[in-house]
Amino acid sequence: MADTDIGTGTDSATPFTARPRSFRIGDAVRWDTVVGALLLVLLVCSFSFVDNFGNALNLSFLIGNTLPIALIALPMTLLVVSGEIDLSVGSTAGLSGAVMGALWNAGYPIETIIPICLLLGVVCGLVNGLLVTRLGLPSLAVTIGTLAAYRGIAQIVLGANSVTDFPQQYLDFGSGRIAGTFIPYAAIPWAVLLLVAAVVLHATPVGRSLFAVGASEEAARFSGVRVKRLKLSMFVATGFISSLTGVFWVLHYASARYDNATGLELSVVAAVLLGGIDFDGGKGTLGGAVAGVFLLGALQNVMSLVNVSAQSQIVVTGVLLVISVLGPRVARQLSVAHARRRTLTASAPVPVATPAGHT
Amino acid sequence: MTTTAEPVRVAVPPSGGLLDRVLKMRELAILAVLVLMLAATQIDNSAFLSQQGIKDLLLNATILVLVAVGEAMVVITRNVDLSVGSVLGITAFAAGDFLQGGGNPLLAVVLAVALGAAFGALNGLLVSIGQVPALVVTLGTLYIIRGVDSIWVGSREITASVLPSGFVDFGHNGLSALPYLAVLAAVVLVAVAYFLRNYRSGREFYALGSSPEAAGLAGVPVRKRILAAYIACGALAGLAGALYLARFGNVDSGTGSGYELTVVSAVVVGGVAFTGGSGSVYGVALGALLLTSINSVLPSIGVSSVWVQAIDGILLLLAIAVDRVLALRVTGVLRKRAAETRSARHG
Amino acid sequence: MTHPAPDQVPVLALEGVSKSFGAVRALRGVSLQLFAGEAHALAGENGAGKSTLIKALAGVHRPDEGTVLLDGEPVVFHGPADARDAGVAVIYQEPTLFPDLSVAENIFMGRQPRRSLGRVDHRSVRAAAAELFRRLGVDLDPDQPARGLSIADQQLVEIAKALSFDARVLIMDEPTAALTGSEVARLFGVVRSLREEGAAVLFISHRLEEVFALCQRVTTLRDGAWIASEPVEGLGEDDLIRRMVGRDLDELYPKLPAEVGAVALSVRRLTREGVFTDVSFEVRSGEIVGLAGLVGAGRSEVARAVFGVDRWDGGEVQVGGKPLKPGAPSLAMAAGLALVPEDRRAQGLVMGMSIERNINLTGLRATSRAGVMNRGGERSRAVDWAVRLQVKYARLADLVGTLSGGNQQKVVLAKWLATSPSVLIVDEPTRGIDVGTKAEVHRLLSQLAGEGVAVLMISSDLPEILGMADRVLVMHEGRIAAEIPRAEATEQSVMAAATGVTGRAA
Repeated sequence: MADTDIGTGTDSATPFTARPRSFRIGDAVRWDTVVGALLLVLLVCSFSFVDNFGNALNLSFLIGNTLPIALIALPMTLLVVSGEIDLSVGSTAGLSGAVMGALWNAGYPIETIIPICLLLGVVCGLVNGLLVTRLGLPSLAVTIGTLAAYRGIAQIVLGANSVTDFPQQYLDFGSGRIAGTFIPYAAIPWAVLLLVAAVVLHATPVGRSLFAVGASEEAARFSGVRVKRLKLSMFVATGFISSLTGVFWVLHYASARYDNATGLELSVVAAVLLGGIDFDGGKGTLGGAVAGVFLLGALQNVMSLVNVSAQSQIVVTGVLLVISVLGPRVARQLSVAHARRRTLTASAPVPVATPAGHT
Repeated sequence: MTTTAEPVRVAVPPSGGLLDRVLKMRELAILAVLVLMLAATQIDNSAFLSQQGIKDLLLNATILVLVAVGEAMVVITRNVDLSVGSVLGITAFAAGDFLQGGGNPLLAVVLAVALGAAFGALNGLLVSIGQVPALVVTLGTLYIIRGVDSIWVGSREITASVLPSGFVDFGHNGLSALPYLAVLAAVVLVAVAYFLRNYRSGREFYALGSSPEAAGLAGVPVRKRILAAYIACGALAGLAGALYLARFGNVDSGTGSGYELTVVSAVVVGGVAFTGGSGSVYGVALGALLLTSINSVLPSIGVSSVWVQAIDGILLLLAIAVDRVLALRVTGVLRKRAAETRSARHG
Repeated sequence: MTHPAPDQVPVLALEGVSKSFGAVRALRGVSLQLFAGEAHALAGENGAGKSTLIKALAGVHRPDEGTVLLDGEPVVFHGPADARDAGVAVIYQEPTLFPDLSVAENIFMGRQPRRSLGRVDHRSVRAAAAELFRRLGVDLDPDQPARGLSIADQQLVEIAKALSFDARVLIMDEPTAALTGSEVARLFGVVRSLREEGAAVLFISHRLEEVFALCQRVTTLRDGAWIASEPVEGLGEDDLIRRMVGRDLDELYPKLPAEVGAVALSVRRLTREGVFTDVSFEVRSGEIVGLAGLVGAGRSEVARAVFGVDRWDGGEVQVGGKPLKPGAPSLAMAAGLALVPEDRRAQGLVMGMSIERNINLTGLRATSRAGVMNRGGERSRAVDWAVRLQVKYARLADLVGTLSGGNQQKVVLAKWLATSPSVLIVDEPTRGIDVGTKAEVHRLLSQLAGEGVAVLMISSDLPEILGMADRVLVMHEGRIAAEIPRAEATEQSVMAAATGVTGRAA
């Protein structure tokens, strides 16, 4: 029946009570704000106390190493908001890198190769999206399959070779930084993409629909949202950006190998979830996701600088990931329990209260 | 309108109904693919199914079968455990470290199983008490356990030379073509299958995977069962870790890395749906056997091993796609049949 | 009829039970006594708190205040299992089965007969299930998976489940909603024999004649509060309705005559295989057409197909004389169609989003300029409609889930009226909302018709259909069984057509 389980958020009833507004603080402190604040604290502390953190070389390392994750996190955020996930992003990036290497070995000009690689990414995304939307398969299962398949194709294409002799001006773009600053060239296109993604997610009909689909696919469909087309386009965008990342990876590290970007999907998913994007869909902000990406990146950078082993860094990543999903839920459960107690004490002396929704 | 108080009842078939038939069909299909593949390879390369060849096939499958059976129990409850590769790695090293210090081989296995069960309990508690998505939690513990493993192991390495010879022999020998490890795996497989089929708690695994809400209303202790599934999965991953050590004699900090994908593939190819509540561990064992056999078949028919991963992935995609199409068909048939009996009843 | 002796101790009772969900107070100090050998009806409108009361008895909800008494002793049910062990069987409105498991396993989950070493005795499970079905007089195969069963068959499995543990208390939440006449008769036979064996029965049905046929006592709830407990004998239907509604019916159905115009929605020979067949009807502007029928007759499915959420296999739908493309809700909306769906919480609203976002979900184009949302436009559109429909809310940014059921329904109406539809399909528009809001919704529908909107109203609430509709279409097993003009529509004529007693020519 409809009159049950309305146990979430009960603030509209608080005007009944003389309780102070401080109860709302729990609602106002959102997870993405927390992550942003943590990032800020980390940066401030690192600049102050960690040797070599603030020098331009280290900062450009930090950004350069985080960029692949930051790039894919953009479409991944949109995808997860819509309730789906793509675990094949690392393999797509690896595949486009492998194809890039193979075509370069075959003597094609790089101006032809890069568009082909990007097109390939679109195709990879299309395959994922069609399997999910047309056959109604869970995206998790589909993209675990394509994770293996795309990586396998990369291996078939390039074998164990590695290709390194790309044109110098492209390699310079991949690893160079803007004169006089610590900002890599590649950060500029990323910033543009960030702007585009932020506008799409938070200020367009597409973004509104994404949130609706993620929170309740059925209700969105009943409201005239074209769910399948929307999801398909998100998978395609993710494939496209993944292949772009693959190309960047090859240029940045000056090496095309079939196993480029292996495991990247885990870092991306970890960062996005850490940034407060709800795995079940329908919740989150792009700012949170970006904060999550750079929090993880900066944390790893700092830990390397203070000689924390790479292994311990893995543990920290894992712990953060668990906390990022456990934290908000535990907080929510506590606040629901709290709200219930509050409703009880509030309503006890008023035997005939009109249910809910008072202004 | 009919007024029959005692309608003519369809005689109850002695065993199995449509449901069982569909499930068996699913397992038979994998078996058929497996047999066809092996037969074709044998025709191409007559040395393939020699005594040693069969033994290798079984040995290769053993470890995957064990882990996949554990994973299947978790997936049946509509959850997933991605940390199995990490658990396998750390338990293998723990057993090796214990043996290196002169420990009893049997105790080493028990130690590995207990350690695995402990990690399983950690996962299970996070999933069932914290009520957070299993995928994310176990992705986190995948990292955590792998990291702890790496810190503990460092650059050390266990090699066969430091292990008791009896332990290593157990990992290689067998009764003619039948390796001891495979026998052990088969015993575990049969026991788990029997448990899932014939015990109330086993049936409740299926029930809560099929519909968590209905399970709650039927009084199934949901959290307890989920926890149990994770503990069993961890324990089997631990057992697989110990057997990995016996089989390969070589363990370092990277052991079992990325294994979770193979395991999940085996489970899904074996017919256990991601949505929970269906499939059998026998199917999963066949799925594991199929996946590991492909790895042996390709080189022996002269296909480069670089194809293995792509084929694994495409096989997984095929399996879920075929399952989906089949499920839609079956639902359609059932609905039509129900409609027919209904209109016959009221007609 | 036996009435309990005054000194008899009730098997199961509630005393002063209250229960709240967030801000919604579902039950307020309700008391109820169930005696052995007595069938007790629970009456009340949708949303009166009946389901919550059942869940309190079944151990699903723990009361915030008050006690549950078992044989006169206070008990606390920590979960459904506790209630079940105490002999309380519940048959819910929506069957809760395991789709992947066989019917027999569904019945005995967690209580399977066992043989040596604690193993499940599959043979006994199957035989016992077969025996239960024999007792119920139905021919279900115990090995059949629950997936694919019709709602009626699922309901029968639930009843078999309750029978299987010789329940002392049998609680049935609208068990007959999806059953045909003969199935209902069979069910009542079983219930009577259980009652004669000493079981206490709590029965909920929106068909009042069933209450009078089966029950000895009736307790009425209204808006979560206890109104009366009394013997059924000597009580008339009108008395009961007055207790449930709390006012006279006329007020509740403020139907105004409206000028009927041109055909706005025309459905011709629409068919979706296995769901509905050869459905044809027309709705004219200014007209309210009621679509009645039993649950599962295919009414909502027709609405879904017309709106494009589901595809259809054959036939044609025209809005304003132009054919609609199948399976495209966005195009249907553009053509002037609006659907207020059956399930408010799953289909009508995105519960995790704010009131404002929900209202504007149907107007994303209208509130954006050059592809970018216009915040001011969004806000004013939402405020405009929320105020017009008198939605009671604190802030538009509040989650829609914080509102009461009635206000949620107003938000659904707001989001669709904001698209200024020419054809409005409402599916169970007043299910689960309080009486006051119900009257408001009816007034609104009447007013819309007066403004020339064509309204198709699906409802299981017969008085609502009779009170509001200019014309009643009745569906039976996927077909239109009858078309009845307002003057000839009575409970009897509609029910007869809905249960298949009369044919097309009614």
